[in-house]
Amino acid sequence: MIPSPPPSIAPLTAALRSALPGDSVITDPVRLRTYECDGLTHHRAVPAVVVLPETAEQVARVVRLCNEHGVPFVARGSGTGLSGGALPREDGVLIVTSKMRRILEIDLPDRRAVVEPGVTNLAVTEAVRDRGHYYAPDPSSQQVCSIGGNVAENSGGAHCLKYGFTVNHVEACEIVTPDGDLVRLDRMDPGYDLLGAFVGSEGTLGIATKVTVRLSRAPEAVTTVLAAFRSIEEGGRAVSAIIGAGIVPAAIEMMDALAIEAAEAAVACSYPAGAGAVLIVELDGPATEVEAQFARLRELCSGAFELRVAADAAERAAVWKGRRSAFAAVGRISPAYIVQDGVVPRTSLPRVLAAIDRLSAEHGIRVANVFHAGDGNLHPLVLFDDAEPGAGERAEVVSGAILDLCVEHGGSITGEHGVGVDKARYMPKMFTGDDLDTMQLVRCAFDPRGLSNPGKVFPTPRLCGEVPGVRKGVHPLVESGKAEQF
Amino acid sequence: MPRELLEKTGVTLRDAVADDAVAGVSPRWVALPETVEEVSAVLRACAEGDLALTPAGGGTKLHWGAPPERCDVLLDLCCLNEVLEHAAGDLVVRVQAGVTMGALAGALAAEGQELALDAPPEATVGGTLATAACGPRAFRYGAPRDLLIGVTVVLADGTVARSGGKVVKNVAGYDLGKLFTGSYGTLGVIAEAAFRLHPLPPARRWLVVADAARPRELAAALAASQAEPSAVELDRPGPGAPATMAALVEGTAAEERARVLRDAVGTGEVSPEPPAWWDAPPYEEVLVEARFVPSALDGVLAAADAHALRLRGSPVSGRLRLSPAGEISEERLAAAVAALRERAHAVIVLAAPYEGVDRWGPVGALPLMRRVKQQFDPGRRMSPGRFAGGI
Ligand SMILES: Cc1cc2nc3c(=O)[nH]c(=O)nc-3n(C[C@H](O)[C@H](O)[C@H](O)COP(=O)(O)OP(=O)(O)OC[C@H]3O[C@@H](n4cnc5c(N)ncnc54)[C@H](O)[C@@H]3O)c2cc1C
Ligand SMILES: Cc1cc2nc3c(=O)[nH]c(=O)nc-3n(C[C@H](O)[C@H](O)[C@H](O)COP(=O)(O)OP(=O)(O)OC[C@H]3O[C@@H](n4cnc5c(N)ncnc54)[C@H](O)[C@@H]3O)c2cc1C
Repeated sequence: MIPSPPPSIAPLTAALRSALPGDSVITDPVRLRTYECDGLTHHRAVPAVVVLPETAEQVARVVRLCNEHGVPFVARGSGTGLSGGALPREDGVLIVTSKMRRILEIDLPDRRAVVEPGVTNLAVTEAVRDRGHYYAPDPSSQQVCSIGGNVAENSGGAHCLKYGFTVNHVEACEIVTPDGDLVRLDRMDPGYDLLGAFVGSEGTLGIATKVTVRLSRAPEAVTTVLAAFRSIEEGGRAVSAIIGAGIVPAAIEMMDALAIEAAEAAVACSYPAGAGAVLIVELDGPATEVEAQFARLRELCSGAFELRVAADAAERAAVWKGRRSAFAAVGRISPAYIVQDGVVPRTSLPRVLAAIDRLSAEHGIRVANVFHAGDGNLHPLVLFDDAEPGAGERAEVVSGAILDLCVEHGGSITGEHGVGVDKARYMPKMFTGDDLDTMQLVRCAFDPRGLSNPGKVFPTPRLCGEVPGVRKGVHPLVESGKAEQF
Repeated sequence: MPRELLEKTGVTLRDAVADDAVAGVSPRWVALPETVEEVSAVLRACAEGDLALTPAGGGTKLHWGAPPERCDVLLDLCCLNEVLEHAAGDLVVRVQAGVTMGALAGALAAEGQELALDAPPEATVGGTLATAACGPRAFRYGAPRDLLIGVTVVLADGTVARSGGKVVKNVAGYDLGKLFTGSYGTLGVIAEAAFRLHPLPPARRWLVVADAARPRELAAALAASQAEPSAVELDRPGPGAPATMAALVEGTAAEERARVLRDAVGTGEVSPEPPAWWDAPPYEEVLVEARFVPSALDGVLAAADAHALRLRGSPVSGRLRLSPAGEISEERLAAAVAALRERAHAVIVLAAPYEGVDRWGPVGALPLMRRVKQQFDPGRRMSPGRFAGGI
């Protein structure tokens, strides 16, 4: 039986219905179910209400109503998040941006585009590709994931080694603050860098309703190389050598034998047989520069038993195919798996991988390794059979121990998937109580009542003390997000 | 009494002299902590005695921003000057905030690496972050906040807190580093910082266009070129004077790419040396920064002309520094700033000897900023009144 929404939500639901177009408020239990989880499917909660606003004004109205009724709210983009960040609250409202999908402005001379938060990552690039531009952050989920979700997670992608993350490519955001004001945060504004603090805050500091992204000029040349090594150690040595030589490739990705096996089973990517590891190295930039770097790269990969160079876009896509499909592909070789995300200093990669091997042997749990080798971002895929009693628990132990390894080596418990609900309990391994309390001062400034995506990121909420008085008449300039003269 | 509180910390203390003034406001004492713990001890003592304090790095930009409402203690970070860890293989460095950019550059160059910020050598890491000052290469490498990967800060009550870390990719928790970058010492003290580094480029070339007519079109062509310049800078030494534009190309094939760039725009000389004005700080008494989208350049230049301002900066990042060609009265400065504000997104008066001028102009999200300040420094002891909106 699906429980009916708690009675306390009924007055809010009624208010939402009169504030939004009729089909924008969902309370039908069957439809609510479709929103019960994000990409991390083992955390589930059916929201009390789902709203599908079409404009920033409507988002602000919803948030103001939530405030009036003291009801928590959670933003959701495409629901591809892998840390349970968009996990709904059973006692709250889920604000879904799927009807906010317009690209509002493309300004090539100033290299920017203004988009609504529900626009997919790839749609931005597709809108400008034929004019020689693209949007640089490229999460593997880019066909589906939303720009709003990218902003919330500060998402990266294979090419962030050279080009940086979402935060480096966002020029401004219009947000609805947790008390329902529309405010514009712009990189060019004087004052505190609230934009920098907002990006990556996982929906806990408000909801992005408009995002101004920077567009990048397409590089003149791209060279993609697939290098196959007998062992992961040899692959790792090549990575160090490349970085040591002062080359910053657009991407350096690595897969181990088990990950290759899975990719072969799923998409027949035809990587060299017998490889203990493959490296994908992509160089891009001015043609002369890429040529010089490629010559160097060949020498540095002399340990490879096979080196393939993609001659054109189709061959490049073939090289990337195995890597891009890797997460889903392990489904072919294992009934169940956990996608982990941790970071270590690149130079500790060999030691950490050896330690993961030991963990795997000790617990009888296979681990396939796929990673952004250039920046030390590991995505171990912890494989188990959910039909086997105790296997899930053992996999959890291995997965958690991998995060411990990352912290021990001076790394991070998440490089791009975020903390969400999933990793909040690991935060104290990486940060002291003072660190976490200090971060939450920002939370208290934005969201003193703790209504915006509560229960995410921090293991224990901080009491914010005195709640600043809710402003009554907001100045029209502030309201429109423009400014306040001072 | 307050002095005893400070002395009890055991941190080196001296009486302030005229030279220690912060934008004209003289502190009473100067504290010289040598460790993060000592910074924390001084801040705790200040909290106990309700003493206001201003952090100082090299002291080169203490006159930037408004004078503080009060200042009892100048916290001189010059002794926090250790490079803590240079992990060359990871292209990462961790430093204390008092390290000068020049000393840091020297240490990094030994391993063929650099922190791509172009800050003056005498500026400290802490001061560079606190002012968020951008150099020419911000066009390619980003602003200070984009290269910062971790910070240790000390809050007004002495709490020591860290965010980020020493890996380039990391999304665990809020990014306090971004919040403190550009906060002019009003949220707390930046004690340590970790940065992402870049390999030193094998070669550099400049394409210099001496008489840059139609600067907006020229800048746009340079920025859009697939020869990928690292920086494009414009210099106009006086109103109506011809503008010089220069583009920097870095890499193995710098010479070739600079020539490609020249052929693309059809003008200019390729040189292994920068023009004399490149990167040289004007250090003016009066200095204004305009921030704008590149297509607004013509309007900004026209306003600068009309008000007899000279200028230098990046037409492609949309950031110019302007100063008057000679003496300027408060009224004329106010008029010039007002004219610029009509054309640019934001205009900030970095330095000016006048109390009356509106240094920051309209500040979006000011109510939120006030709430951030209130949370971090409820006692208003950290450089009170120095920042936007009287923060
Ligand atoms: C196969 C696969 C591959 C992936 N690859 C990558 C990768 O390479 N790199 C990477 O970084 N991530 C990757 N991810 C993770 C995920 O795609 C990203 O985190 C993405 O940014 C989430 O976007 P979304 O629209 O699906 O957000 P959701 O999952 O809907 O939400 C994610 C978080 O953002 C918040 N949020 C959503 N919209 C807004 C808004 N408008 N304002 C404020 N907060 C909001 C939510 O509350 C939640 O906390 C991958 C996921 C999958 C399933
Ligand atoms: C490319 C480039 C060009 C520049 N050009 C010029 C120029 O033309 N003219 C010019 O005048 N300046 C220029 N600057 C700016 C100047 O160099 C920086 O502002 C500088 O980094 C200040 O460093 P400092 O150590 O001298 O700081 P200080 O002058 O000591 O302090 C500056 C401000 O930062 C605060 N502060 C200092 N250290 C800390 C800390 N550890 N924690 C918290 N707050 C702190 C101070 O309270 C003060 O408000 C330029 C910078 C760059 C990058």
